[in-house]
Amino acid sequence: MSDAGIPADGKGASESRRMVLNMGPQHPSTHGVLRLKLELDGESVVHAESDIGYLHTGIEKECETKTYQQVVPLTDRVDYLANLSNNLCYCLAVEKLLGLEVPPRAQWMRVMLTELTRINSHLVWLGTHAMDIGAMSVFLYCFREREDILRIFEMFSGQRMMTSYFRIGGLALDAPRGWREPVKKFLDAFPARVDEYETLLSSNPIWLQRTQGVGCIPLEDMLEAGVTGPMIRAAGLAWDIRKSEPYSGYEKFDFKIPTRAAGDVYARYQVRMEEFRESARIVRQALEGMPEGPVVADAPKVVLPDREKMKTEMEALIHHFKIVTEGFRVPAGEVYQVIESPRGELGYYIASDGSAKPWRVHMRTPSYGNLQALPRGIEGRLLADIITTLGSLDIVLGDVDR
Amino acid sequence: MPLAQAICERDPSAFINLEQRMGEWTAEVAPERITQVCQWLKDAWQFERLSTVTAVDWPERDARFDVVYHLHSIARNERLRLKCRVGGEAPEIDSVTSVWRGADWYEREVFDLFGIRFRNHPDLRRIMMPEDWQGHPLRKDYPVHGGRYDYTGK
Repeated sequence: MSDAGIPADGKGASESRRMVLNMGPQHPSTHGVLRLKLELDGESVVHAESDIGYLHTGIEKECETKTYQQVVPLTDRVDYLANLSNNLCYCLAVEKLLGLEVPPRAQWMRVMLTELTRINSHLVWLGTHAMDIGAMSVFLYCFREREDILRIFEMFSGQRMMTSYFRIGGLALDAPRGWREPVKKFLDAFPARVDEYETLLSSNPIWLQRTQGVGCIPLEDMLEAGVTGPMIRAAGLAWDIRKSEPYSGYEKFDFKIPTRAAGDVYARYQVRMEEFRESARIVRQALEGMPEGPVVADAPKVVLPDREKMKTEMEALIHHFKIVTEGFRVPAGEVYQVIESPRGELGYYIASDGSAKPWRVHMRTPSYGNLQALPRGIEGRLLADIITTLGSLDIVLGDVDR
Repeated sequence: MPLAQAICERDPSAFINLEQRMGEWTAEVAPERITQVCQWLKDAWQFERLSTVTAVDWPERDARFDVVYHLHSIARNERLRLKCRVGGEAPEIDSVTSVWRGADWYEREVFDLFGIRFRNHPDLRRIMMPEDWQGHPLRKDYPVHGGRYDYTGK
């Protein structure tokens, strides 16, 4: 591997004890297809380097060939554990370009569903992270709760994962009949379930030994490397985009930003566990205060008309035809919209040339920045700590490679 | 915004243009001054984060690429976009990795997908595409589909 600066056969290393190990791209603990090139001295990691791109699908290029509305299903496939967060960020960006005002009910639905997405994503993180470290039962419990959330998503959008439920201007359709019961049932049960996970892990001596003091990266280094989200908050900085740059009505919700000072894997675990509870609080507020009213903006040239109106009004029929056949034009300009995804700062940069297709869509994905900082967390540590540290980054390789 | 004023009063040979649209500030920067400008913004205006670096291809233009930087200051809760126009046969610009080390992967991605070289980058090589790949996929003249299938039937 001449490209790596590390000889693949290990020759040229200063001591014969040193060896080069390829971890991945097919390795269960890399949570996807990530390859790590590791230079080891015994069990210590001397040098680490990530090799990414195995899941590069060219989504950004693909976006340029679709009309604005057709891009929404592509955004699902970026971070496949936080589909609705990606839907939301993209829609907010285009709505900003169009100057659209989204009605309150749609905003609250968006908040409720993206917070359920956060819980869903954190459940997958906790389950797989704990399993990497050897705690099998946590995984089973987490996926039990995740199933409830996926059923709610299916109820709303017809899809468990690739939801595409948000549209430019609002929602695809209003919430289905009887949507409150499953959400309420989930919320009533969930806090006790989080307690259950904590009894399994928080004072488990193996868990503590494997996570405390492991994977620390100085806060300044993380900020420089582009790390965002729970990792930053676990190192003591109370920065959350939902508070600092509120979007979709987050300023109307009451929630806390959990932080820890230690900055190790255990602190990241604690922060995400508290985020479970905070997100559940937000969902409950959204559920109880859900406004009535329309779920799409009043913008006939952007939002598809009501089916009934199409049968009686010529205008509505024309708009429907135009939107479906050629899309809608978006004024020339550029926007950068950021939201707090479960993994950190998710940003969509859209450049428009005034046509019906985006000229350029760039996704600033949180996993990309988070992964970039990995070597600083594992160099000088033991081989086994790589698994722990990587798990605590909570990367999704689709989010890294796009 | 005091920052906008400071930019206007600063060296006009570095800042070509400054505008606010849809609540977002964009400064156009002379490409040869980008590292210096970023260092000043980081030191004097607390832009401790580089959120992302990307590029946009406008093939009709003389200098066809915009290299776009999104800066973020957590301390001042402010964002700023910088744009540099580069072009020519072998587009080049200075790397900002000396200012924010995290620019590393973002610049590699722009190099890989747009073919813009970053001078003084510590490790400039492809990041998404295979090492031996030909061409730069996010350029507008790069086809979306491979050449083997011709759907038009021509």
